Amino acid sequence: MPRYSLNVNGQNRTVDVPADTPLLWVLRDTLELVGTKYGCGVGLCGSCTIHLNGVPTRSCQALVSTVAGLRITTIEGLSPDGTHPLQKAWIAHDVPQCGYCQAGQIMTAAALLQNNPAPSDDEIDGALAGNLCRCGTYLRIRNAVRDAATASQGGAQ
Amino acid sequence: MNTPSASGFTRREFLRVSALTGGGFALGFAALPSALGQSAAALDNTARQFTPNPFIRITPDGVITLIAKNPEVGQGIKTSLPMIIAEELEVDFEQVVIEQAALDPQLGAQFAGGSLSTPMNYDLLRKAGATARTMLIEAAAQTWDVPASELIAERGTVFHRASGRRLTYGELATKAATLPVPDENSLRLKEPDEFKILGSRIGGVDNPAIVTGQALFGIDQKVPGMVHAVYQKCPVFGGKVRSANLDQLKGMPGVRDAFVLEGTSNYSGLLPGVAILADSTWASFRALKALRVEWEIANGADQSSAAFAAAAVDAATRDGNVLRNDGDTSAAIDEATKVVTAAYDYPYIHHATLEPMNAMAWPTEEGGIDVLAPTQTPQGAQDLVAQTLKLPKEKIRIRFTRIGGGFGRRLGNDYVVEAAAIAQHAGVPVKVTWTREQDTQHGFYRPAGWHFLRAGIDAAGNLSAWHDHFVTVGLNNAKDPGRSAGISPGEFPARFVPNLRLEQTVLNTNIPTGPLRAPGSNALAFVLQSFLDEVALAAGRDPVEFRLALLGEDRQLAGSSAQAPVYSTKRMKDVIALAAEKSGWGKSLPRGSGQGVAFHFSHRGYVAEVAEVSVAQDGTLKVHRVTVVSDVGPIMNLSGAENQIEGSVIDGLSGAWLQEITIEQGRVVQGNFDTYQLLRGVDAPQVDVHFIQSANPPTGLGEPALPPLPPAVCNAIFAATGHRIRSLPIRKHDLRWS
Repeated sequence: MPRYSLNVNGQNRTVDVPADTPLLWVLRDTLELVGTKYGCGVGLCGSCTIHLNGVPTRSCQALVSTVAGLRITTIEGLSPDGTHPLQKAWIAHDVPQCGYCQAGQIMTAAALLQNNPAPSDDEIDGALAGNLCRCGTYLRIRNAVRDAATASQGGAQ
Repeated sequence: MNTPSASGFTRREFLRVSALTGGGFALGFAALPSALGQSAAALDNTARQFTPNPFIRITPDGVITLIAKNPEVGQGIKTSLPMIIAEELEVDFEQVVIEQAALDPQLGAQFAGGSLSTPMNYDLLRKAGATARTMLIEAAAQTWDVPASELIAERGTVFHRASGRRLTYGELATKAATLPVPDENSLRLKEPDEFKILGSRIGGVDNPAIVTGQALFGIDQKVPGMVHAVYQKCPVFGGKVRSANLDQLKGMPGVRDAFVLEGTSNYSGLLPGVAILADSTWASFRALKALRVEWEIANGADQSSAAFAAAAVDAATRDGNVLRNDGDTSAAIDEATKVVTAAYDYPYIHHATLEPMNAMAWPTEEGGIDVLAPTQTPQGAQDLVAQTLKLPKEKIRIRFTRIGGGFGRRLGNDYVVEAAAIAQHAGVPVKVTWTREQDTQHGFYRPAGWHFLRAGIDAAGNLSAWHDHFVTVGLNNAKDPGRSAGISPGEFPARFVPNLRLEQTVLNTNIPTGPLRAPGSNALAFVLQSFLDEVALAAGRDPVEFRLALLGEDRQLAGSSAQAPVYSTKRMKDVIALAAEKSGWGKSLPRGSGQGVAFHFSHRGYVAEVAEVSVAQDGTLKVHRVTVVSDVGPIMNLSGAENQIEGSVIDGLSGAWLQEITIEQGRVVQGNFDTYQLLRGVDAPQVDVHFIQSANPPTGLGEPALPPLPPAVCNAIFAATGHRIRSLPIRKHDLRWS
């Protein structure tokens, strides 16, 4: 099997997997980073969202052979201790119901805030339109993103 | 199940107290006498993961552990049930450790369904907390040689005001463990106005783990030596495997084995199929794509949604089985000033939990099976595995994980028994993961249904007659409705109309159905509250006023089922009136905008909703705001309760607007989220949540707020456009207006 050297959450990890393996399953089965979720396998639900060089990406659609050399960030690596403003806002707003989609929601939102520190509600909805939440926590997600944006800006001043 | 009482539910309760190894204090209730003999041994073992637990554990070093007994599917029960214990125990919620229970007969019924966790456990868990508090106070009284009446329990300590002395629960634990358990009738339970935790907002106890991606869900679990498996069943339900290209699959990279399981004929159990075992989930999914099976299909391959609909229309030309016949409906319709006639229908829909079905199982040295799975009914899982694998129940151990969405899908344990059977056959630990397509195509669907309705309005503008011929679906049965496909003869508007006739015809289908969030109600409310709107408008009356008048005087009627023994017209009218007030009912809106109202009683909860929508001239629908008023008695966790209401509204809208499972050639047509859609955040309405916290026994909130949503939205669409939605989903309809 081919061997790939990956940069995951700042660490170099070497994996032996078939070239057509989606990054999602390398993360979950090989590297045991299970925060990235399988929901659809075809890029429709957003549960498997990670960052490739900071760009939100569906890891079920990114083959392992295409990501060597890129910075891969998963929910486990978003912050060292779970204190990213979005993680704090998610807890403050008690966003989750079942919680399954939330890692993908947070990763998409984190990329949004990186590029747009003060998004409007429409921009939040637009950025997160590809992340499904079966339980319907959308209203709290929007409020949490808005608060995290405000908190980040406050912190920067 | 249990016999309802005025306080909600009664059960045989057995109290027990026992010392933990190394000192400490443990207390619990057991629902079964046999648990008494097991308790001491169970508690001697302090290992956590496989040890049965009572509800409260306090160690001498001050660790206070509360047991979350029921499965967490996103309804917040892992937080709210321990809150009930903590309230009476007098501890801060931040002080306690919450531990998820395994399946354990000492804990009584453990399931997530019927919105029953709160009503079945409220009294029980309050008493559990109060008993512990009483004994800790007594331990302090004996330690200090003062009367217990001079002591108060607060924030995990016992305090003697007169002397200023204070001991923590940890310091009192060893002594408390030696004391007799007080009679439960002697306990002083707190008055609701003394509550500090119940009714407040407490965040979900797993939130920190969720937002950092910890392994909480079934699909995240792993044991050493585990093999990844997929299991493919016949796309026509119940079909058997004639042959499959097993040798080819076994030669694929990463594939360990492939074999056929004969299975059973139980549609809720282990159906025949092909198991593929592999080194990784991906290798199993890739092999699945290469799987070729010749199926032996005995039945159902000619069935389709279109044929079911045609059969329903045909059935309506004949009499159905009469379920209820009050007064003389035919005569009343003949005498009516106005008659309203309409046909309504709704499709099969699917649960579509975002975490697909999955389960882990492994053979034990004792010849049994251990299971770790996201199931709403661990007891059901144990029964099904034991029965299917012909093993004694005691040899099947069930643990359960946090669940990535249930909505009723995981009340069935088909995926659990698949993992168990594959593990038994292969002799290794196995995790079965379903693909999204398998999940969509092998569900227990919300049944499709058809209602052929006639209503009579008398000269005074009142509803005088109601005739519903309900055509529903059976599972290979033309007599009895399939699971969750029936209707109660007491369903609204029965008891509120002098002449009412309810007939039923069952179509024989090969499509398995089952409970989906607010089963029955989630479809019936759409039909009943939409048609009621038609009747109100035909009578020239305001839809809110008409509903309040129909409910009539304040009174208590017999409910529609054993689970809902009483129907209070006052509680229902109160939620409708408040929903009208809070939503600004009747306000002036531009053309293309409208409000719609609906109410429904289910799961012992009273809910009314007003939806406000706009429809652009090109037919684009936007649901702007939904006002929800519910009376489910006192609220346990305000944050969790509001989250359930918001979720119910969005779930209800998702189903009514977008979703449809269709059958062609006996197979489910839809596969992934392109063909079976979920509502997106951009389409989520604002939800205004109001609770009437009546002094009635509390009930669950996972379900009752969903049923009024579809009719409230459809009634609002009519108000906005004049388009009456009589067939779901809404997206099938052209809503353009000019």
